[in-house]
Amino acid sequence: MIRFLIRRIAQGIFVMWLMTVTVYLIFFVGPGPSSVARVLAGRNATAQTVAEVAKRLHLNEPWYKQYGNFVWQLLHGNLGYDYYHGQSVNSILAQAFPITLSLVIGASVIWLVIGVLTGVISAVKTRSLWDRSFTGLALFFYSMPSFVLGFLLILLLYYDLTKQGINIFPAPGTWVSFTSNPLQWAHGLILPWITLALVSAATYTRLTRGSMLDVFGEDFIRTARAKGMSENRVIFRHNLRAAMTPIVTQFGLDVGVLIGGAIITETVFSLPGLGYTAVQAIVQQDLPVVIGVTIVASAGVIIANLLVDILYAVVDPRVRVN
Amino acid sequence: MAFNIQQAETDVAGAVGAAPAEGAAKKIEGRSPWRLAWERLRHDRAAMISLGVIVFIVLLALLAPIISSHWILNQGPNQQFRGPAPPIGLSPTGQPVGPSSSFWFGTDDQGRSILIRVIYGARISLIVGVAATVVTVAGGLVIGLAAGYFGGIVDTLLARFMDWLLAVPFYLFAISLVSVVLVHPIGPIGPGLPVVIIVLGFFGWAAVGRIVRGQVLSIREKEYIEAARALGAKPFRIMFVDILPNLLAPLIVYATLLIPLNIVGEASLSFLGVGIQDPTADWGKMIADSASLFEYGPWWYLVFPSLALLITTLAFNIFGDGVRDAFDPRGGPFV
Repeated sequence: MIRFLIRRIAQGIFVMWLMTVTVYLIFFVGPGPSSVARVLAGRNATAQTVAEVAKRLHLNEPWYKQYGNFVWQLLHGNLGYDYYHGQSVNSILAQAFPITLSLVIGASVIWLVIGVLTGVISAVKTRSLWDRSFTGLALFFYSMPSFVLGFLLILLLYYDLTKQGINIFPAPGTWVSFTSNPLQWAHGLILPWITLALVSAATYTRLTRGSMLDVFGEDFIRTARAKGMSENRVIFRHNLRAAMTPIVTQFGLDVGVLIGGAIITETVFSLPGLGYTAVQAIVQQDLPVVIGVTIVASAGVIIANLLVDILYAVVDPRVRVN
Repeated sequence: MAFNIQQAETDVAGAVGAAPAEGAAKKIEGRSPWRLAWERLRHDRAAMISLGVIVFIVLLALLAPIISSHWILNQGPNQQFRGPAPPIGLSPTGQPVGPSSSFWFGTDDQGRSILIRVIYGARISLIVGVAATVVTVAGGLVIGLAAGYFGGIVDTLLARFMDWLLAVPFYLFAISLVSVVLVHPIGPIGPGLPVVIIVLGFFGWAAVGRIVRGQVLSIREKEYIEAARALGAKPFRIMFVDILPNLLAPLIVYATLLIPLNIVGEASLSFLGVGIQDPTADWGKMIADSASLFEYGPWWYLVFPSLALLITTLAFNIFGDGVRDAFDPRGGPFV
């Protein structure tokens, strides 16, 4: 178990290193260094001023030297400073991360509950009206791009209702931290949660249904029924538990990817989370911020994958990590 | 004993002789798996309806220039109807006008017909959806075949590379790459359509490659591959003539389900401002542009491109599900 963990963590660090190198290369192959210096120096700057700005930000040095400097800073826990305001990247990420985390935690709870419940009902009552409606709805939301759903919700539930004088849903971009007021926190995030959850839940409905139907045919289900176990217990304790493996995998992958920034949902609802910050930084070619988000994003994917592998053993008694 | 055999022979002869007499229509014929799949697909009503919708969208996209120039009022996709001659696509205060007999879907903030732009947008979505899928599947197929067939160090390197690509935060890297090209075209790869197709293909092939590799690993141990090798077949021939046909059915299923994903991917990149650029009509771009406006009333600017996008992806997904069920009613490795 410990050797497994060490190997996985080493692999993870290697992957993160590759990502940072790639981002550096993209930045230096592209317009990055010169465009940053020129924008910062201002429209009427002379070539000399531009060169001075570049020098101050070390942008005139070769990329491997800058990369070495970045790694050295990183080893001291410092991700550097953004090019435009000199703000520390650590603090930028610290501000953005709770927003993304809140969005992902709330949405993932909702989509897991909706997805697994509808999936179980569909599997137990195969080909019933319930099954048909749930699988149909799942396909509908699976086909729905999240920005389409987000904007339609804003249009119908926020603007149209507000025009009618009904103020149930908050304006897009409302963000109150959990620690300052949990109720307003949840209220402000309702529409982004619904958007992200509905779009994602569809996958889980389909996955749960398919996985449950596969397990239904297994011997241990027949044994459980033969022992006279109640049907509910068979479904939830035996069938669902054995069917959880693909669901846990998918959940780990989804949460891992979203932790690095739910870029589209954050953009639709103007939530300044990691994804939104990343898009702004990329547009401005603000390398230190892009690198910072990349590191968090790849760490999210790697940690989520690791947790999934460990969870397998917990969820499915047939699997043991070795 | 001899009698028995004779008896049996007469029985068989009798049966053979009797069969045509009983029912000439009941002819037993061998049907290939492809034929069986097509038969199943043809009887899947949802899949056939969605195929009809797809054909309709393809026709709209193909006929876009004819529709816009010879039909309803000669509206071009980038034509601005600012007046003073009717039809007028902007209100006196410069706001978009709603659906009317001249502009069925209303106009956008520059007085352009949304109906015509939605029809032209279908071209971009379909081209990217299909082209990116072809790039993805072809790339994944070739690299997956090579990794699975050659094994050893080739396999290790390719498999690691695929793992890495699959762990990459897609949108983050896609936006970074595309934003580089926006300022600095790399050779022939300029902003807009080409770079979107390349980015979607580049981040997509690894998923196909990994599945193909897994399949090849098991297929290459089969006797008929060994036989081919014993007959002196070269690796290229074994990969593409002996192994590839076994992968075709699952690849077709995967490709049909990949088209809607790539359509959404293109729309998302354009929505984020790094995909298709102005003034080309594109659904994702239109939806993004409507965001700053629809709160003031022009809901049509948001709703019609959104519906077009949703109907297209839904049709492709329903059809793809049908294709999957037709090829593999029990669900296979690709699902």
